[in-house]
Amino acid sequence: MKIDRRSFLSYTTAVVLGGAAGSMLTPAPWKLMDDISIWTQNWPWTPVPQDGAITYKHSVCTLCPGGCGIDVRLAGGRPIKIEGDKDHPVNKGSLCPRGFSALQYLYGPARVTTPLKREGKRGEGKWQKITWDEALTAVSGKLAELRSNGRPDTVACISGSDQGTIPNLIGRFMTAYGSPNFLCTATAKDAMEQAIYLTQGRQGSPVFDIENADFILSFGAGILEGWGGTGRMLNLYGAGKSAKTLVQIEPRLSDTAARANQWISITPGTETALALGLAHVMVKESLYDRQFIENFAFGFNDWTDDNGTAHKGFATAINDYPPAKVARITGIKEAEIPKLARKFAKAAAPIAVSGRGQGLLPGSIDESLAVLLLNAIAGNINKKGGVSVLSDFDYAKWPEIKIDETASKGMQQPRIDGAGSDDFPNTRYLLNRLPETLVAASGDAPIQALLVTGANPLYTMPDTAAAKKAFDRIPFIASFSPFMDETASYADYILPDHTPLERLQEVPAAVGISRQVISLAKPVVKPVYETHHVGDTFIQIARNLGGFVKSAFPWKDYETFLKATLKDHWRTLNKKGWVEISHDLPEPLNYVFNTASGKFEFYPTARVSGQKTIPPLPAFTPVPIEGDPQRFDLVLMPFDSIRLAGGDVANAPFMTKTVDANVLLHQTSVVEINPATARKLGLKDGDSVKLTTPRGEATVQLYFYDGIMPGLIAMPRGLGHTAYSDYLANKGTNVNQLIGAIADPDSGLNTAWGIRATITRI
Amino acid sequence: MKEQNSHTNAKRYGMVIDLDKCTGCGACMVACYSENNVPFKTDETNKLDSINWIRVYKLTNNKPYPDTEICYLPMPCMQCDGIGKHGHSPCVSVCPAVATDYDYDTGIVSQIYTRCFGCRYCMAACPYHARKFNWWDPKWPADTEKYLSPNVSPRMRGVVEKCSFCFHRYQLAREKAYLEKRQKLEEQEYQTACTQACPVGAITFGDLNNKDHAVYKLKNDPRAFRLLERLQTNPKVYYLTSKNWVRRAGDNYLAHEEPGNITKVKEHH
Repeated sequence: MKIDRRSFLSYTTAVVLGGAAGSMLTPAPWKLMDDISIWTQNWPWTPVPQDGAITYKHSVCTLCPGGCGIDVRLAGGRPIKIEGDKDHPVNKGSLCPRGFSALQYLYGPARVTTPLKREGKRGEGKWQKITWDEALTAVSGKLAELRSNGRPDTVACISGSDQGTIPNLIGRFMTAYGSPNFLCTATAKDAMEQAIYLTQGRQGSPVFDIENADFILSFGAGILEGWGGTGRMLNLYGAGKSAKTLVQIEPRLSDTAARANQWISITPGTETALALGLAHVMVKESLYDRQFIENFAFGFNDWTDDNGTAHKGFATAINDYPPAKVARITGIKEAEIPKLARKFAKAAAPIAVSGRGQGLLPGSIDESLAVLLLNAIAGNINKKGGVSVLSDFDYAKWPEIKIDETASKGMQQPRIDGAGSDDFPNTRYLLNRLPETLVAASGDAPIQALLVTGANPLYTMPDTAAAKKAFDRIPFIASFSPFMDETASYADYILPDHTPLERLQEVPAAVGISRQVISLAKPVVKPVYETHHVGDTFIQIARNLGGFVKSAFPWKDYETFLKATLKDHWRTLNKKGWVEISHDLPEPLNYVFNTASGKFEFYPTARVSGQKTIPPLPAFTPVPIEGDPQRFDLVLMPFDSIRLAGGDVANAPFMTKTVDANVLLHQTSVVEINPATARKLGLKDGDSVKLTTPRGEATVQLYFYDGIMPGLIAMPRGLGHTAYSDYLANKGTNVNQLIGAIADPDSGLNTAWGIRATITRI
Repeated sequence: MKEQNSHTNAKRYGMVIDLDKCTGCGACMVACYSENNVPFKTDETNKLDSINWIRVYKLTNNKPYPDTEICYLPMPCMQCDGIGKHGHSPCVSVCPAVATDYDYDTGIVSQIYTRCFGCRYCMAACPYHARKFNWWDPKWPADTEKYLSPNVSPRMRGVVEKCSFCFHRYQLAREKAYLEKRQKLEEQEYQTACTQACPVGAITFGDLNNKDHAVYKLKNDPRAFRLLERLQTNPKVYYLTSKNWVRRAGDNYLAHEEPGNITKVKEHH
């Protein structure tokens, strides 16, 4: 058969059409398509979460000191969701993003799952898994060796907190062992405590009764961003119970400033001048509480001491701060200052609060004192809606420690950080001074072994690079962190603690809350990995050391210790979850102050001690800032964001996920700059720049933000981790590494709110 | 069935978000991730491929310092009723697989992952960017799989997902009511995870048709507006603001138009 073009085309057409028609009649293509669609979605690794009966367990969040009540939802005993506990007296159901992410601290790639021993160089990330016995023997052995050499004081412990039974148990261990070097991360609370001690002669936690205040004058405190316990503060704001008026004073339009009734931008570091300026107006216009001043104040007016020396009183001293001068210093309009003073003085229940952002930075004593005195002239001390002191919790009482001679000698050694010395008599912890002391010491390092619990100093300390170098001098570092944080990854041994949802502990209430609330954090699951409660670990180490150290811990384990500590409260705590002890304020006529004068001291005589020549009355001296203004034309200021954890506990992946692209872009931190400033420098929005400070440099990207004072640049704390997991490491810049510490002359606490900086386009 | 059932009394679940209260904390986002098994990646900064069922946007009034103001705007799925409230939501009308559907009992727009074949027409049609595509298989590293909720199916690569107004919570509440031989759900029995999580109580949720629910009144508040209202998508998410610039940011206005004076799109039925 001859195949010509015509027949070829006809046959082909017939075959194609016939085939097509035929295949339409068979189910093959339809079946195939169906199979393909099923196959494309049939991925065996897509998990099917196991079902189970839904139950709830109440507990307390311990991811920050806030002490918020949580409800944990479980499916067949498996925790699947965290919610706020509506009945809890602290937060009444409100919770922050970190609280909601708590399950990602229980499970997650950043966890240390067994005890580890370092292999290779420090920080190299090479570890050998060891047993608990080996780990405990290693740490106990090192501690026993130092003790037998008669140098127990060369052991230091850095703790994230000094509140509650766990830090107290560790503190007790240090005393029995013989080292005065129990160090704690200092916060704004430390500066406030000192201001209260100086004026009232009382030790304890500062209370800001926001619950009953109607006018909040905030000197940069992130009222809605984590200051004073996030759950508590957000709940109060939402319920409309407090803050009918909120005036926010800070140089950057923060989330708190955005929700405030008034945002007053101020040249950073000049807050003290404003507080004194407001006091000036209140005194001039007789807007102060006469009854309080006449009955309970010392040093408000000029006075003469027993030797006949005349002293200026507070009322005279603040004559140096008339509105015109304060306006010049602070950059606030002159007319605004008397207006603000009158509004504050005339409010029914005004309160002034200090502590920048979340209060992670201690700040200057002058500033805390000036703000406290502003409260005092408003008659706002020991009053409902005012500032008072909550004595340390009295439940933490244990049999007195008997210590041996070695321990007694060790305890008599001066503290490594200089806290409590003649230079800084009223300060308890000065962790920020540790690196310089370590580096400056000649011969053997003054610290031979370092124990780190609940803290991550190699991330949170100012000038982290320098801190790391200083830590190199310490021959032995043991971390008790449940997570592979920066400090743990630089340790020699890790003895992992449980995570919050696995750990039993009692939680004293949020900072600033006006009543004693103690809650019980009960484990909601059995420990997921091979971890030990840090309390048990220390009891075990004490036992291994034997002698007096062992006998200081007569308890079987932490749980027995906790039950013995809480006594009558244990039952209530176990059943109800918390106990509330009311904070009775004294009757207005029965105020007692433990100062030298027996009064509230506007002229804090306790400030004159030893060799120091600090004028007792608060005065404005610009808080110094590092860097040569000629070389560094801008000022870098860190800020706290509620979506980023900048302290000892780092972000969970969920929190990082909420962070906007104008804060973090891939691996790069984004820095806020006022468009006017940037244009002057010839820079555009989104430009990549090199940010240089006297302490370090980083590549960052610019974000034009109108809400920041010209001349300033800002970036949040909480980024730039180098450890943990891929979900957190190498994201942006750790702002701490760009800023060094500046010691307050009075307290030694860190006051560095910023640093001079410069940016150049890459 | 002789007896009157709930179908004769259709609900329209909706949300009212008070922007004057929202502090931008992001608790709603995290609570939603946890409630709905939303996955997470090592880098979530490209917001186009970051899966969020509710996302909090930061708005500014673009005025120079110090007159700058900011406002946070949380955006879940708007659960559009479409023109004339007949369920012709932009996404539902274009889905070739009936993977997304309008539920006439509740007014909730569903998303069925196993039906979705990833054409993403719905994403193109949605004027609110409420829909997100799974470009990769979600990963649950280091035992995080153990905290997944059994009430919401984890998704797979190649499907679109979006806010469901926590429909599983509605189902659970209905089941409970059924067992207790009740037809009616109380307002508090069905609340979305974000509503419950908002630490300042900025979100209110309920049946927009029910006079006893808080949202019924709130949606008629003079401060209330909806996003891109003039598109007539009829969203069931309302916002409250006392600031004109925020309202202006929520819709398209000509230069001479004042948001308050625009005749509202008629809601007829």
